[in-house]
Amino acid sequence: MMSIIQDYPSRLSDPASRKMETFSYLPEMTKDQIRKQVQWVVDHGWNPAIEHTEPENAGGYYWYMWKLPMFGETDVDAILAELDECHAANPGHHVRLIGYDNFTQSQGANMVVYRGQPV
Amino acid sequence: MNVQSPKKYDAGVKEYRSTYWEPQYSVKETDVLAVFKVIPQDGVPREEAAAAVAAESSTGTWTTVWTDLLTDLDHYKGRAYRIEDVPGQDEAFYAFVAYPADLFEEGSVVNVFTSLVGNVFGFKAVRSLRLEDVRFPIWFVKTCFGPPHGIQVERDKMDKYGRPMLGCTIKPKLGLSAKNYGRAVYECLRGGLDFTKDDENVNSQPFMRWRDRFLFCQEAIEKSQAETGERKGHYMNVTAPTVEEMFKRAEFAKELGTPIIMSDYLTLGWAAHNSLSKWCRDNGLLLHVHRAMHAVIDRNPNHGINFRVLAKLLRLLGGDHLHSGTVVGKLEGDRNATLGWINLMRDKFIKEDRSMGIFFDQDWGSMPGVFPVASGGIHVWHMPALVAIFGNDSVLQFGGGTLGHPWGNAAGAAANRVALEACVQARNEGREIEKEGKDILMAAANHSPELKAAMETWKEIKFEFDTVDKLDVQHR
Repeated sequence: MMSIIQDYPSRLSDPASRKMETFSYLPEMTKDQIRKQVQWVVDHGWNPAIEHTEPENAGGYYWYMWKLPMFGETDVDAILAELDECHAANPGHHVRLIGYDNFTQSQGANMVVYRGQPV
Repeated sequence: MNVQSPKKYDAGVKEYRSTYWEPQYSVKETDVLAVFKVIPQDGVPREEAAAAVAAESSTGTWTTVWTDLLTDLDHYKGRAYRIEDVPGQDEAFYAFVAYPADLFEEGSVVNVFTSLVGNVFGFKAVRSLRLEDVRFPIWFVKTCFGPPHGIQVERDKMDKYGRPMLGCTIKPKLGLSAKNYGRAVYECLRGGLDFTKDDENVNSQPFMRWRDRFLFCQEAIEKSQAETGERKGHYMNVTAPTVEEMFKRAEFAKELGTPIIMSDYLTLGWAAHNSLSKWCRDNGLLLHVHRAMHAVIDRNPNHGINFRVLAKLLRLLGGDHLHSGTVVGKLEGDRNATLGWINLMRDKFIKEDRSMGIFFDQDWGSMPGVFPVASGGIHVWHMPALVAIFGNDSVLQFGGGTLGHPWGNAAGAAANRVALEACVQARNEGREIEKEGKDILMAAANHSPELKAAMETWKEIKFEFDTVDKLDVQHR
């Protein structure tokens, strides 16, 4: 038999309802899982880049760019270290990793790695 | 001096092959190339049938006329230049025809197809005829308008990367009031879908006039965006009985600030669709394209037009999304053939590949790509296969697979979103998602009661009918 109907707990008044695009419907990733996603970016030859924002300003297209995109960086540890550095310098911010795909002039990957407290 | 060699007028009926069969012809880069599957009438030789197709789809008529001699027919005529067996079908053969550039109006898909699939399809010398593929030369591609925005611009506008997008067609397809319909849209969008869609036959019927629908759906979009913090859209169908009415609806959608509208390019007509597509680029609205009537044209393996041609011509006419078939759902679709035409929708350059049904190299120049849309009879259990087949640049649409969730649309939407992201995550980790699909979904369901309920609801559903239109790649 089918289970009892459950409510879908999404509310304008509940900041926990705010999502952050790709992977935000999954639980936060572990270090090991994040490493694999970074590896995916590197394996494609995409240029890694980091952006961050105060959660209250997450809705716009442009977040703050952390330094410059890491052109040609293929060392996963170096990319992870840069994510950590951005996070440490901007506690409470959303921090996302982008993989710039030059062939499509688009972003092959874009995922929030550190989630701030949504508002 | 360029001396011409005038001929004498000789009235009467000549064999087509004396003029239109040229096996020595070497094709030009500027030619439009076409391949037809031909089943001739009994007793008609292949060369004659192929030449007849070339003649009737270009300059020829059934008898010689004196005005033929007032022009340079060699410059204008189409030529059958190659004949090939169709694997597994003794009575049929492929006829390759080259059409010179000067036969066609620049930028007019309408004009090209009025020739290529015009009177020739009713021609008595052939029992049946199917246009399998067309190579559009770069000069023609560059004179066509193409997608109003294309894949890259749509991703930027919608701010969605690294995954396929998710949609849902609102059901029941007919009979809901505008307000109840908007409710169904809102529930889907707040649950995690990127888009919802008007059904193709939802236009402006007495039970729900278009203006009311647009207004309620726009509130659904705006509230779900505020709630989730993500960008959303509803394909507002502007398909209408007249072009004036279509633009009236499109203008209103623009005034509402909605991001995307839709049309049905075959029932609407190609000229009307092309105008709408141009309007969409001028006004910044994305254009979702449905393909009602396509199966009338493309399903019979011996007669009509293969869908890969209909897909190519839509890219030329313009559209940001086009329904492509699902491979795994309730509707017809051979896997390799589908992969062939989704490549033709998205890529810059597609090489000839008979295993995918692609007969010619196709160079799209700088023309943007179209998102293929997989829609019809799919649900969460299909997600691993869909992500593997379609990759990121696609829209996966679950109608019943969202709305039929036992807890409602929002839960159905969340189930699909969780399943999608779990499959993308696993793929990126290097896992074989089609093989490990069950494990991936089961693990994801541990933290998503919505997904767990969806998996319990649909686990038994399968669609295992054989496809009618298969690729002719092997003898059977």
